[in-house]
Amino acid sequence: MSSKTLYDKLWESHIVRQEADGTCLIYIDRHLVHEVTSPQAFEGLKLAGRQLWRKSSIVSTADHNTPTNEWDKGIQDPISRTQVETLDANIREFGALAYYPFKNINQGIVHVIGPEHGATLPGMTVVCGDSHTSTHGAFAALAHGIGTSEVEHVMATQTLVAKKSKAMLVRVDGELGFGVTAKDVALAIIGKIGTAGGTGYAIEFGGSAIRGLSMEGRMTLCNMAIEGGARAGMVAFDEKTAEYLQGREFAPKGEQWDKAVAYWNTLKSDEGAQFDAVVELDASEIAPQVTWGTSPEQVLPVTAVVPNPADQADPVKQASYTRALQYMGLEADTPITDIPVDKVFIGSCTNSRIEDLRAAAKVVKGRKKADNVKLVLIVPGSGLVKRQAEEEGLDKIFIDAGFEWREPGCSMCLAMNADRLEPGERCASTSNRNFEGRQGQGGRTHLVSPEMAAAAAIAGHFVDIRSFA
Amino acid sequence: MKAFTQLHGLVCAMDRANVDTDAIIPKQFLKSIKRSGFGPNLFDEWRYLDHGEPGMDNSQRPLNPDFELNLPRYAGAQILLARDNFGCGSSREHAPWAIEDFGFRALIAPSFADIFFNNCFKNGLLPIVQPAEVVDQLFRETQEAEGYRLHIDLAAQTITTPSGQVFSFDITEHRKACLLNGWDEIGLTLRHADEIRAFEDKRKQEQPWLFA
Ligand code: SF4
Repeated sequence: MSSKTLYDKLWESHIVRQEADGTCLIYIDRHLVHEVTSPQAFEGLKLAGRQLWRKSSIVSTADHNTPTNEWDKGIQDPISRTQVETLDANIREFGALAYYPFKNINQGIVHVIGPEHGATLPGMTVVCGDSHTSTHGAFAALAHGIGTSEVEHVMATQTLVAKKSKAMLVRVDGELGFGVTAKDVALAIIGKIGTAGGTGYAIEFGGSAIRGLSMEGRMTLCNMAIEGGARAGMVAFDEKTAEYLQGREFAPKGEQWDKAVAYWNTLKSDEGAQFDAVVELDASEIAPQVTWGTSPEQVLPVTAVVPNPADQADPVKQASYTRALQYMGLEADTPITDIPVDKVFIGSCTNSRIEDLRAAAKVVKGRKKADNVKLVLIVPGSGLVKRQAEEEGLDKIFIDAGFEWREPGCSMCLAMNADRLEPGERCASTSNRNFEGRQGQGGRTHLVSPEMAAAAAIAGHFVDIRSFA
Repeated sequence: MKAFTQLHGLVCAMDRANVDTDAIIPKQFLKSIKRSGFGPNLFDEWRYLDHGEPGMDNSQRPLNPDFELNLPRYAGAQILLARDNFGCGSSREHAPWAIEDFGFRALIAPSFADIFFNNCFKNGLLPIVQPAEVVDQLFRETQEAEGYRLHIDLAAQTITTPSGQVFSFDITEHRKACLLNGWDEIGLTLRHADEIRAFEDKRKQEQPWLFA
């Protein structure tokens, strides 16, 4: 029997049928639905007079458009409100396994709530009309984002038409240094392979440094797989996966649990399995990372200086560096630690889990926000995370430091609600995209870990967390 | 879906790499619950000098005269010539909807982001991957000759330049058939409903916890 990769196993176990040209019909176990990419899909179903194939595969929430404060006032923006109400009406009409609407105590970012309710399980295919669905691959699941036509296709048929990707192994061995997090590993990988480096691949993250990460850390890493161009990222099943899932609402119980774990234990790449590409990193060489440009691949260690476009040989790259520096309002050769910040955002499906908030709070405890920092937003990923943080007193630490403690949602990750940057404002953000205008038109985003964001809020500029004790 | 067979279209060259979906259609326009009407806001932040919001009268807004889509020579373009990693970022299908609504029917680039690439086919848009040298050549020719048109023949899988040079491109049989015929993919898949149900039943036996 030939050796198989984790991706081979996940793919093959979901093939309903295969055409001669390799196009497959793939069965979908879990469908996460949110308000932005679903209305047109529901409308399509209705117009064609179709039903949901299996409503118990759907877990839904409103997250992108929901406000993060003054919930009692509802959603002020009428267009956002219509979108959220449309989801509400659709789920009420069509049904779902679980629905966490606006203001529900378990509402949150779709990629945070799936795992925390045990709705994401090893061996599943998980899809959502959202590119960061790759997050769920942390559970040895095949998870990726889809467009709205495919959302409708999954709703109506429980399948997707797809072709198998190539397999890439990103192996990170060794031990991460003090202050270096899963976010830094993700950014370092993207810095190395580029934002298109993973295009056409499904990435498996392996190696001792990955095994050493918590489930939260693995989710952060898989979340960013898409920023490296790969639709799916994944990590093999191990005791940590089991430990995280045990006892969660939709996870199997009793005898079923034992049966499930026995199967899940096979969800790893076999010894000697062949990958189409292998990328290796030494964990001990990864420093805390900060992006300086308008693409996640424009990233450097915090100890570096802003690059000089003149040093780039490739003219297309040179032009994009020049354009990025201009947009970001940065001079070449400026030390990254000299860059001041106007706002700080700790949140998003990349870094809004309890572990992220604990790490940020540890840096902040007993300190105050710098005067030049206008706003620090702490936005927990879900109602569950929020309550847990409050039980641990983390909210107090943030509020005492002059930060704002908000309700869960996507918030300033993409600024579809009222939380946004004004033109020219510079932000240390724990989110995943530093594209032009992502956090508000003209806004300037630097991607960092929660610890680095918290430290920047205190110092008023970027600092090397390793010397910020 | 609109069928795609042949296209003889004006080419608009957009010389930037990593054009992301936030640039293609900024997020404020994702609040719509419709599929159509995104064309006027395609590349909104680059195309207009002011800040766009849904519901504005776009015909009254100041245009950025330097932006490619606003150049008179590209008016009515149906083929977008682009650089590496076009469409990176989010899965929003609003990006191909906006491109299609604007009037484009085909895109040519050295590489596309996966989800965007896939989304194009669902909307009658044909994304074509060509080697970097070919794309370089097409950029040169487009920039040199005003009114530069390419002929795309999907059945033959070819692009023909005005001088008669022919480049071929790859596409899976399934996607080709769907585009050529304008087929509804859901309808096609539902012809295999029995197979899906049989697969599902087997899965229920083997991994009942997935169906709780
Ligand atoms: S937090 Fe950001 S990246 Fe994540 S789902 Fe929301 S908008 Fe998308």
